[in-house]
Amino acid sequence: MKVRVWGCRGSVAAPGPDTVRYGGNTSCVEVRLESGHALLLDAGTGMRPLGVAMEHDLPVELHIMLSHLHLDHLQGLGFFRPLFAPGLDIHLWGPSSPVQHLAERIAMYLSPPLFPVRLEDVPSKLTFHDAPEVPVTIGSATIRAAKVTHQGPTVGYRIEENGHTLVYLPDHEPSLGADLATVSTQWMSGHDIARDADVLLHDGQYFDHEYADHVGWGHSSIGDAMAFANKADVGQLMLFHHDPYHTDVELDALLDEARAHWPGMEDRVCLAYEGMTFEV
Amino acid sequence: MGELLGTPGSPRSLPLILARELASNLATPMFLLDAGGMLVFYNDAAALLLGKPFAELGEIPSGEFGESLELSTPDGEPIRKRDTPSAVAFYQRHPSHMTVMATMYNGLRREYEATAYPLLGATGEMHGVVAVFWEPEHGEHSAS
Repeated sequence: MKVRVWGCRGSVAAPGPDTVRYGGNTSCVEVRLESGHALLLDAGTGMRPLGVAMEHDLPVELHIMLSHLHLDHLQGLGFFRPLFAPGLDIHLWGPSSPVQHLAERIAMYLSPPLFPVRLEDVPSKLTFHDAPEVPVTIGSATIRAAKVTHQGPTVGYRIEENGHTLVYLPDHEPSLGADLATVSTQWMSGHDIARDADVLLHDGQYFDHEYADHVGWGHSSIGDAMAFANKADVGQLMLFHHDPYHTDVELDALLDEARAHWPGMEDRVCLAYEGMTFEV
Repeated sequence: MGELLGTPGSPRSLPLILARELASNLATPMFLLDAGGMLVFYNDAAALLLGKPFAELGEIPSGEFGESLELSTPDGEPIRKRDTPSAVAFYQRHPSHMTVMATMYNGLRREYEATAYPLLGATGEMHGVVAVFWEPEHGEHSAS
């Protein structure tokens, strides 16, 4: 599968001269499968430029897979041009809810007064699905979701194709109430879908010293992200969901600190950045 | 619930993970069953009450656990496996409360109040059962 990061900023878009290298757009990752299907992981503001690029290169099938519905993961949906392509089939996946259908929850944002267009009025053909907690096949890939520790219903996605695995856990606080150094992996949030992944895109919002003031906010310190990745035995950890207050210079320092956690294995950790492309 | 298939070593769902973390931080004795009916955890408060830490007992089918406690009503009537609060929460998917007599691993037989409720997920799927126990003030009896 071919992967491109269109947005990896967390919480709120953070454009400006201090965030040029890692980017200011919020979560959106494009995954192109061998079968020609496209999986779009989250619909943050990175989805706007993705829509422009995709407008004349539409995939065989388009699946938007939402980790959760916080605005930084949803705000780009209304500016995704293919959404306004008449009759285009678009599948939207998101965490299940006992009280409201996914369409109703998304429509809370895509409707006046927060947005001028109603979700029900967009001309593309939308189909809504609960995030698959048992494996489903989409094109040449198998996809599975699992609920993970964050604020509100949130899932991570595991995508497998031809024996290779990409895992997407953009908002995740596995250390909430748990000591990652000692807790058994079967009791670790997210471990089951992350284990043995070739590439793990994982929340790494805070420096370790910042985390104490943000316990319970739903995000990880880099130390916890590294500990989680280590327990899950992933090949490559890409820290994701960069704090909107962190400048490029500070993110460089964060990467240095992250690499200090894995001496001798520095190549196994990196920071996602806007425009980053790789194959899994 | 001993006839149910257990799931030793399987990954835990998030509701069960969060329930365990909650239990770990409470002074109320609390037990957790997983979606297969296995006793997968109890907290230190429960260990004090039982006279045995969970690490020593390990995961066992909840029916087997219930049998070992020799559960009965305060009148001495044995409680059928499917009638315990945990079993009602598991099979009938609603909360249940009962006053029970139980024999702990240290041989003490006591009266307890027991309440259990199911952990049902967003689409109604079963993740397990939480059971809490506490002693009424008059509850201690000598071992039978």
